[in-house]
Amino acid sequence: MLKTRIIPCLDVKDGRVVKGVNFVDLVDAGDPVEAARAYDAAGADELCFLDINATHENRGTMYDLATRTAEQCFMPLTIGGGVRTPEDVRALLLAGADKVSFNSAAVADPDVVARSADRFGSQCIVVAIDARTVSPGKWEIFTHGGRRGTGIDAVEFACTVVAKGAGEILLTSMDRDGTRAGFNLPLTRAVSDAVSVPVIASGGVGNLDHLVEGVTEGGASAVLAASIFHFGDHTIAEAKAHMARAGIPVRQTVPAEGAAPRAPADEAARSIR
Amino acid sequence: MIGIIEYGSGNVSAIMNILKQRKIPHLLSGEPSELEKADRYILPGVGAFDPTMETLERSGLVDLLNEQVLERRKKVLGICVGMHLLAEGSEEGSRPGLGWIKGQVRRIDTSGLNRPPHLPHMGWNALEPAGHGALFDGIDAARGFYFLHSYYFDAADPGQVTARVNYGGAIPCAVENGNVFGMQFHPEKSHSNGMRLLQNFAELD
Repeated sequence: MLKTRIIPCLDVKDGRVVKGVNFVDLVDAGDPVEAARAYDAAGADELCFLDINATHENRGTMYDLATRTAEQCFMPLTIGGGVRTPEDVRALLLAGADKVSFNSAAVADPDVVARSADRFGSQCIVVAIDARTVSPGKWEIFTHGGRRGTGIDAVEFACTVVAKGAGEILLTSMDRDGTRAGFNLPLTRAVSDAVSVPVIASGGVGNLDHLVEGVTEGGASAVLAASIFHFGDHTIAEAKAHMARAGIPVRQTVPAEGAAPRAPADEAARSIR
Repeated sequence: MIGIIEYGSGNVSAIMNILKQRKIPHLLSGEPSELEKADRYILPGVGAFDPTMETLERSGLVDLLNEQVLERRKKVLGICVGMHLLAEGSEEGSRPGLGWIKGQVRRIDTSGLNRPPHLPHMGWNALEPAGHGALFDGIDAARGFYFLHSYYFDAADPGQVTARVNYGGAIPCAVENGNVFGMQFHPEKSHSNGMRLLQNFAELD
């Protein structure tokens, strides 16, 4: 049985984690590599870095970050933010990313997904979709951090990019992002049902029940969260234990029964110190 | 000494990172004279079957590998598409494979299923070891490995399948024929299980 993945997401700006990661006693809470190592030790299934102010000038920072993270984390790494061309994909894969995520560039030109998937395989091409509810059961794609509407229907667009070769959809609800009110479940369900590739639910996680709902009601293959992990509200192990109790198969990184859910995080903290 | 076959197949750094961390002696090379020094090999591979096989053929390493693996009986481990190359051929392409293990690479067939699972099969899945694989000592099969594929190795001799994975049905995901080993999942992305497995390969007599 395929396990539902829990993916912590780190927003990176100029090579630093935005707001920092505070769930363990890190020497430098803003260092993405240190945060990645802590999540690796805590049992995350994958890791996602989003470069939130990617510019041509600071690309090198991201390549360096990918390389240094891959040297120390033996789990899949997805990198997104400012990815525009197949050349960008190539550079990130060579630097150490396992998957690369397109966002605005795929909206502007969906064929960039096809060109990249033909060259590197669908398995490493993710398309990140930022959607906002415009009427009940209707969601529109927004770009530029959710500020710019495009008039494009999110579900139709998801089908388009999958047909072009996207191997995974990272679906963020702009209505919910940062609200801690839970995933936009109708949106997640609509996209999951419409496409034949895994969908990662994102945006709005405030508690562990939200993670469960993303899978059971939203139909997501993976759940992505940031603040509930970064600020120590919950550990990865707690999230997994909670999902397992709800009947969702997860990759247990501590013995399934009887183990204190805090243990892995404490170990992580020790290994960091 | 593990020789990692360098033939332009892309991301081998993840494999090297683990070998480095575990202090397992290795070299990365596409030079026959260098690779001859290794006593076992890892054949990586990402992407589609035909372009990967074509790249390997163009590298001029096929003769060397045939000699080292078939005549000198050195061990070889194919990972993901590197595993597929061990087969006689693939539904994904038209080129012949290396043919070191009899069988064909086929697309995962979900057509007969009520609720067909997504392809690619992407993520962590538990392993169902057949019990006779030489590489699975100390592996936590339930914790599983990281998978990322739409095709699998359908070995002609089911006795050469050393592990299966359940994804809409039991799919072969590890094969073994004497000194030739293949695995569909990515040990280099599978955390402690993956490290252990690569260590097992390095220490195999």
